[in-house]
Amino acid sequence: MVVAEGLVKRFGSTEALRGVDLEVERGTVLGVLGPNGAGKTTAVRILTTLLRPDAGRAVIDGIDVVAEPRRARGLIGLTGQYAAVDERLTGLENLVHVGRLFHFGKAEARRRSNQLLDRFDLSDAASRPVLGYSGGMRRRLDIAMSLIAEPKVLFLDEPTTGLDPRSRVAVWDQIDELARTGTTTLLTTQYLDEADRLADEIAVIDLGVVIARGTAAELKRRVGGDQLHVVLADRDVLPTVAELLAHRAVGEIQLDRAGSSLTVPVADVDGIVPGVVRELDAAGIDVSDVGVRRSTLDDVFFALTGRPTQVDPVGEDG
Amino acid sequence: MSTEIRADGGPVWMLRDSWTEALRHLRAMPRSPELVMFAIIQPIMFVLLFVYVFGGSLMIPGYDDYTQFLVPGIFAQTVLFGSAFTGVGVAEDMSKGIIDRLRSLPISPASVLVGRTISDLVRNALTFAVMIVVAFLVGFRFDGSLFEAFLATVLLFVFSYAFSWVQAYMGLSVSSVEAANSAGFIWMFPLTFVSSAFVDPSNMPSWLQPVADANPFTILTNASRALYNGRDPGADPWIALAWAAGITAVFAYLSARKFARGAR
Ligand SMILES: Nc1ncnc2c1ncn2[C@@H]1O[C@H](COP(=O)(O)OP(=O)(O)OP(=O)(O)O)[C@@H](O)[C@H]1O
Ligand SMILES: [Mg+2]
Repeated sequence: MVVAEGLVKRFGSTEALRGVDLEVERGTVLGVLGPNGAGKTTAVRILTTLLRPDAGRAVIDGIDVVAEPRRARGLIGLTGQYAAVDERLTGLENLVHVGRLFHFGKAEARRRSNQLLDRFDLSDAASRPVLGYSGGMRRRLDIAMSLIAEPKVLFLDEPTTGLDPRSRVAVWDQIDELARTGTTTLLTTQYLDEADRLADEIAVIDLGVVIARGTAAELKRRVGGDQLHVVLADRDVLPTVAELLAHRAVGEIQLDRAGSSLTVPVADVDGIVPGVVRELDAAGIDVSDVGVRRSTLDDVFFALTGRPTQVDPVGEDG
Repeated sequence: MSTEIRADGGPVWMLRDSWTEALRHLRAMPRSPELVMFAIIQPIMFVLLFVYVFGGSLMIPGYDDYTQFLVPGIFAQTVLFGSAFTGVGVAEDMSKGIIDRLRSLPISPASVLVGRTISDLVRNALTFAVMIVVAFLVGFRFDGSLFEAFLATVLLFVFSYAFSWVQAYMGLSVSSVEAANSAGFIWMFPLTFVSSAFVDPSNMPSWLQPVADANPFTILTNASRALYNGRDPGADPWIALAWAAGITAVFAYLSARKFARGAR
C-alpha cells in the first residue's frame, strides 16, 4: 500500500535520509522507531508530498507521490509532529473547515465532524475555541481532522510525544480502533513500548537509514528480550529456581549468588509476574521479590549500533 | 467504505477553496478583540496626530487646507500597513503546522494564499471605514464627486492587495511570527515617508527628491489625493495600477511557488 525505496534527503550538509526503504502492507500498522534527528519526520514529509526527495521514490496505492502529488493527497491523512489546529476556531469549526476543503457539502461536513467529535470524546468541547484545549484534546482533534475524508493511508508523526500517560492511552485506544477497522497506518515514535503496543511491524531508523525491521518480539529477541528478575530468601535454591523458570527463558539465565537473585530473559513480561509467583509458590520456594524490566528503544538501539541513543531535548524539531 | 479521490481541481474550486480559507480567518477575527481594537485605534491615532500636530505648521502649495492634502496620504499609508497582517498571518499558520496540513490536502495550493489575502482585504476595508468617519469628523471632505472618491479608494485597495502578496512571500520566507512582524513593517516606513504622503517632496534634500518622486507610493498617493480633491490625476492612476498589477503578478507567482515547494 505504501512503498518507499531508497529515499535520500539532504539539508545543506546534513544528510537527513541516506537511502530509506519502507513498506506498509494494506490494513496494517508500521511503526517507524528512532531517536531524535533519526529522520522520521523527514520521511513522513516526503511520503505526504510536503517535501521532495533528492533521490528514491515513494508510492502510495500505486500513485507516485512526486509525480502526482495531488492524487496522492487525495488518499492520505496526515497528523504532523505538532498539532496543526487553528486555535482561534472551535473544535467543530476546525473539523468542518477541513471537511469543506475536501468538498463535502455543509451538512455532510457537519455530520462527519460530529461523528468524529463523538468518537474522539470531544463532543463536550466541540463549541469551545481550541485555544483552551489541553495537549491531549488538541492531539485527538488533530487526528480527527486527518480522518475526515476517511483516508486510505494515515500518517501519524509521534502521535503521543508530550502527552501525559492518560492522554497517551486515550490516543493509543483510538489508533487501535483505526487499525481494527483496517486503516493502513504509518506512525513514528521514539518509544519501543508504543511501537510494540500499536504496530504490526517496526522499522528502526537511525541517522537516516533503516537499521532493523521486524515485529516487536523479534526486535526484543535480538536484544535478549525483556527481563524477569527474581530475588529469593534462600540462595541455595537458585539452581532449582533456574530450572523451574527455564521454560520461560529466551536466552541464558543469569544467577547472582551474592544478591541471591536471578535474571531471566523472556520474550514479553506482560502479565508474567502472577504466574511466576504462583509457580514458585507451588514448588514451596520462598520469594522475596519479583520485578520486571522491559527492553526499551535504548536497549534495542545499543544492541544494534553499539552506541546509546543521543540524548536530545525531547520535542525539539529539526 | 473509503472515499474516492475527492477535492478535484479547476478554477471554480480554486475560488471556492479560497473563500473557505478566507472564512476561516474572517470567522476568527472578532474573537481576538484586541487585534480589532489596534486595527481601529491605529488609523484614528494617525489621523488625529498628523492633523493636529503637523496641521498648523505645514503649508502645502496648492492646498489651502493641510487636512485635504494630508488625509489621503494617511489613507494610503494605513491601507498599505494593513497588508502586513498577511505576512504575520501566513507565518503564524506556518509556525502552527497549519500550512503543512493544508499542503497535504488535495486542494489548489494557491487557494490558501488567495484566501488569506482576501480576508486581509476585508479586514483592511473595516479599518478604512472607521478611518473615513474620523477623517470627516476632523474636517476632511470629498471635494470631487463621490465616484471619484470611490475610484481613489479602489486604487488604494488594489495597491494594498498587491503588497499583501509581498507580505505573503515574506511570511513564507521567515522562520518565525516575530520575524514576519518586523520584516513586514520595517521597509514600509521609508516607503511611505520618503513620498508625497505627508509633505511636498520638493522640500526634501535634493538627493532624496528623485527617490520620492519615483516611489510608486508617491504615485499612488498623488493619484488618490487628486481624485479625492476633484482634481485631474493625469496618468497617475494608470501608473499606480500598473505597479500594483506588476507587483501582484511577480509576488503571487513567487509565493505560490514557495508554498508548493515547501516553505521550510
Ligand atoms: N528543514 C531542515 N533544514 C535543515 N536540517 C533539517 C531540516 N529538517 C530536518 N533537518 C535535519 O535532518 C535530520 C533529521 O530530522 P528529522 O526531523 O527528520 O528527525 P526526526 O527523526 O523526526 O527527529 P525528532 O524525533 O526530533 O522529531 C536532523 O539532523 C535535522 O536536524
Ligand atoms: Mg520528528
